[in-house]
Parts: sequence; structure tokens; C-alpha cells
Amino acid sequence: MKLSACNVSWSTGGVSILRDVSLDVVAGEFLGIVGPNGSGKTSLMSLLAGLRRPRSGRVLLDGQSVDKLGRKEIARRIALVEQQAETSERISARQAVELGRTPHLGPFTPWSARDDDIVDEAIRNVGMAQLTARMWHTLSGGERQRLHIARALAQEPQILLLDEPTNHLDIGHQIGLLHLVRQQKLTAVAALHDLNHAAMFCDRVALMSGGRIAALGRPYEVLTEERIRTVFGLDVDVEHEGEGRCHIRYRAPGAPTAVRPMLKRIS
Amino acid sequence: MIGIVPSLSRTSASLLALVVLLVALWLGAAIGETSIPMGVVAKTVANRLWDAGYGLDALDEGIIWNYRVSRAIVAACCGSALALSGVVLQSLLRNPLADPYILGISAGASTGAVGVAVLGIGAGLMTLPAGAFVGAILAFGLVSLLAMRAGRGHGAIILAGVAGSQLFNALTSLIVTKAANAEQARAIMFWLLGNLSGVRWPDVWLAVPVAVVGLIVCLWHARALDAFTFGSESAASLGIPVRRVYVVLIGTTAMMTAAMVSIVGSIGFVGLVIPHVSRMIVGVRHGLLLPASALIGAVFMIAADIVSRVVIPGQVLPIGVVTALVGAPAFAVILSQSRTVR
Repeated sequence: MKLSACNVSWSTGGVSILRDVSLDVVAGEFLGIVGPNGSGKTSLMSLLAGLRRPRSGRVLLDGQSVDKLGRKEIARRIALVEQQAETSERISARQAVELGRTPHLGPFTPWSARDDDIVDEAIRNVGMAQLTARMWHTLSGGERQRLHIARALAQEPQILLLDEPTNHLDIGHQIGLLHLVRQQKLTAVAALHDLNHAAMFCDRVALMSGGRIAALGRPYEVLTEERIRTVFGLDVDVEHEGEGRCHIRYRAPGAPTAVRPMLKRIS
Repeated sequence: MIGIVPSLSRTSASLLALVVLLVALWLGAAIGETSIPMGVVAKTVANRLWDAGYGLDALDEGIIWNYRVSRAIVAACCGSALALSGVVLQSLLRNPLADPYILGISAGASTGAVGVAVLGIGAGLMTLPAGAFVGAILAFGLVSLLAMRAGRGHGAIILAGVAGSQLFNALTSLIVTKAANAEQARAIMFWLLGNLSGVRWPDVWLAVPVAVVGLIVCLWHARALDAFTFGSESAASLGIPVRRVYVVLIGTTAMMTAAMVSIVGSIGFVGLVIPHVSRMIVGVRHGLLLPASALIGAVFMIAADIVSRVVIPGQVLPIGVVTALVGAPAFAVILSQSRTVR
């Protein structure tokens, strides 16, 4: 299963959002997409999910243009977890996950025992087995996001797309959620805000800037002090760790130099 | 499963629903200004359908067959169609206050029907229901455009609906005042409030197919409607062809509303309240919610029609008045609840 974007561009309301973006998602990898607000991360995710058509260029799924595939066919192979999908319906946790079976069911296909098994498995996978009967509105943000992932898993996709899945979660849940995604035997593409999360969990990182991909590669190759300064306008120190991993230490704007902020000298 | 309905198999539930509907129709035919024994109703139906040959009073038989049975059937179809429309609109627009009346679809249908009846727009080509359909689509188009312009806020579509209703009601009044004669004007104003007294058999042949086709189309999309739980983007990622579903379902809603408005006038609150009542009973899954709403809507409308006939002796109250008397307080409750949920 291979997903790739070939020279895709996208614009809305006369504003160009993505310009000539090319990207191959390698089977089995966890690809992180990072970049400042408005750099086109979310737009790229929805193009990859086939929710929007590129103005030019193509998104290919196994060499086939996604435009040519039916929505249902795409949904059986690609699942998307949005930033924060909410509902006011009085729906139970399990019912939310059951929605993931939608692309596998026809209008009048009866719900089968196999569907039940897949849903159970997905819920167990995200560690929510105790909470299946709970109503959606009584669950915390972290629990809801886990259920969204379970719903995506119930689609039995080969590729999981996540658009800033950790927004509004506390740090424990952020790490827990990314770890959960990492453990799945799936190709995953996630738009992420926190560069350190990308560095910790992703096999490769794409850094976006102004609708283009500024760099793509292993985290330590992409997330350099130089690039982060140009793209985010932020001074950082990057510490390299084993296995090609790195850690980014942010500096407060205006803080003078190296590793730790120095005390103001009395002059 | 949420809801308080005991688990029944699909077949027994359908059978039960059919029995409930038939009993409601039966009562609808029996109760009225002159109450007619249930047995006579049954014999009349047997006479007419299977030539059973029971000896009955010709007047009773005439009243039952020509007025009451047709009226009860149309009431049932109307209740179902409006309730289904409410379920669909609430799900697609993700708004608990959506229904064809509040969104101005009924008002648009009224304008369309009056336009054909009084002004003779498209005379010869357009029938009353067709005019109502065009009006309904126009109204919904205008209201959605206005709502999109006003922003994506939760209340935008409702406010736009209020504006749309006012506009189309004003247009209707304008047409009636300007072009209709006194006799026509009186009849139209009575019809606008929602009224089943003019219903005869030909109306049944419009109402039944529309309600049945509407129900089938909605049931066909039950899973798609479920997929809208987390919004249209989420539905799309679950493999739902969102735009096509919108067009088909909004079109079906407009068709059902238009047909019912052209027969009985615009009746409020049924489309709003019945879906909420049904959700409390059977839960939020559309596979169950749609048939339940259709049934409850049908029974409620037959009941409302009975009430409208017997509440003031010797006078027929417009059925819209009855549904509004029940619906307005229910609307207030839903409004206050939807605030606390959010």
C-alpha cells in the first residue's frame, strides 16, 4: 500500500495554500508533518485522505489516482482522525467506534458478529474496554480521541491519517496517544505541532513552510537549528541522541545565547 | 443500546408497528363528530376492499369511506413524512432545532402552491404539488445561502430559517391579498393553518406513494445519516459521498414537505418534536430512529386530527393549531436542553 502526492497544489478563495508538494509515504512508516500554523498541514492531510481534490497534481493510492476511486473504496484503505470531531448526539462510546464499519457495510447489510469482533478488538487496542457503555459527552478529551482512533482502526485501513490528534490534550495523553499510534502495524501520517513529539515518534518528518515542503527525512536531518530558525523564527538548541533521534530545546525570544538562559549581568 | 424499548426481533417489531398503525387508523376513522362503532368501520373497509357485502347504513358507510378513512390515511402519511424530514434535517445540519417548518421549507412550499393556485404560474404544466416542490427547494436554497453568508455558527441556519419563513409567508399573503378573490382568500388562509377537512381519496394517491418512497430513500441512507454524527468531514472520511447524500436527502425532504403542504397546508412542530421523542425511545441509530419516527409521527398526527375534530363540538380546529399547542412547549424544552448540552 503506497500513498503519494505528486506535485499537488491547492488554493481556496484565491489564496494559494499548497504549492507543488510531492511526498511519498513509505509502507509501514510513521511520517510526521510539522510546520507553522497556516503552512498547509491540514490541507495536505485532507488531500491525502481524498477529501479534497488538488487544483493541480495528483494523489496516488497504489498508483491509482484517488479522484478515480469511490469514497467508500478510499475509506476502506485510509482512515482519518480529525483534530477534534465532536457531536451533541447522545451516542455511546461503542456506537462511536461502530461508525468505523460504515465503509464495509451496504445500505441494508445486516450488522454481523464479525463486525462486533472488529469493533471489540479496536476498543481493546486503544485501552477503552471498560468505558464502552459510557455516553460520549461524559468522556474526557483524551478518551474521546482514543475512541476516534478506535473508530479509525475499525475501518481496517492500511493507512492512518491523523490531523493534529493531540490538540487540547494534556501532555500525558499526548504522549500516550502517539505511542498508541506508533504501536499499530499501520502506515501512519500525522500532522503534529510539537517538534519533539515528531522527533520522538516519527520515522520521517516533513517540514512544511508556506505551502511547500521545506525538508523531508529522518527527524535529526530535518529538524536542524538553522531550519527551525528560518521556518518558525525561533532560536533553538538541538541535542542529538542515539539512534538518529534528537531533542529540541526552545529558547525564549531575546534570550542571549547557548544552552541555558543566563542571568542578567549587573552593569 | 440506549432507549427503553425492549429488544424485539426485526420482524416482530415491524409487525407490532403495523398493528399500532392500523389501530390508530381504525380509531381515526371511528372517532369524530358522530362517533361510529369500530365494528362498522371494519365492516365498511371489508365491504369496500373485498366486497364483503355487510348490510350497513349507507350514510355511515359513506362518511367512513369517503371522509374518515382517506383523512386518517393522509394524516398518517403527513405525520410520517414530516417526522422523517425532521430526522434527516437534524442529522444533516447537525442541529437539534432543524425541521421543515422552522427552516422555511414549509413556507416556501405554501408560496409555491399558492403561486400555482392563485396566480396560475406555469398553468397546465405545473400541478399544485409541483409548485409546492419548487417553492420548497427555492426556500431551502435561499435559507442555506443566507446561513452560509452569516457564518457557520450553530444558530445561523435557524435565524436564516426564521427570516426565510417570514419572507415566504409575506409573499404568500401578498399573492393572496393581491390576486385572490374573497372566497379563495378565506379558503387559502384556512388551508395555510393546516387542515385535513378537505382531504379525499385522490389526495391519498399522492400522500401514500410520497411517504412510502420517502421512507425507503431515508432508510436506504440510514447508515450514511449515522456517519454524519461527527460532521460532514467525518462522514466523508467514512466513505460517504457527502454531496450526493445531501442532494438526495434534501431533495427527498423537500418532496415530502411539498406534497404534504399541498394537501394539508403547513403544519408546524411535528418535524421538530417527533424525532426528539423517538430518539428518547429508540436511541440515535437511524436504522431504528427513522422507522420509529415515521410510526410515531403517523400516530401523533392521527391523534392530533381526532383532537382537532372533537375538542370544540360542532367546530373543526385547524390541525396546525393542535400540533403547535403540543409542539411549542416541547420546542422550548428542547431549546433549553440543547443549551446545557453544549
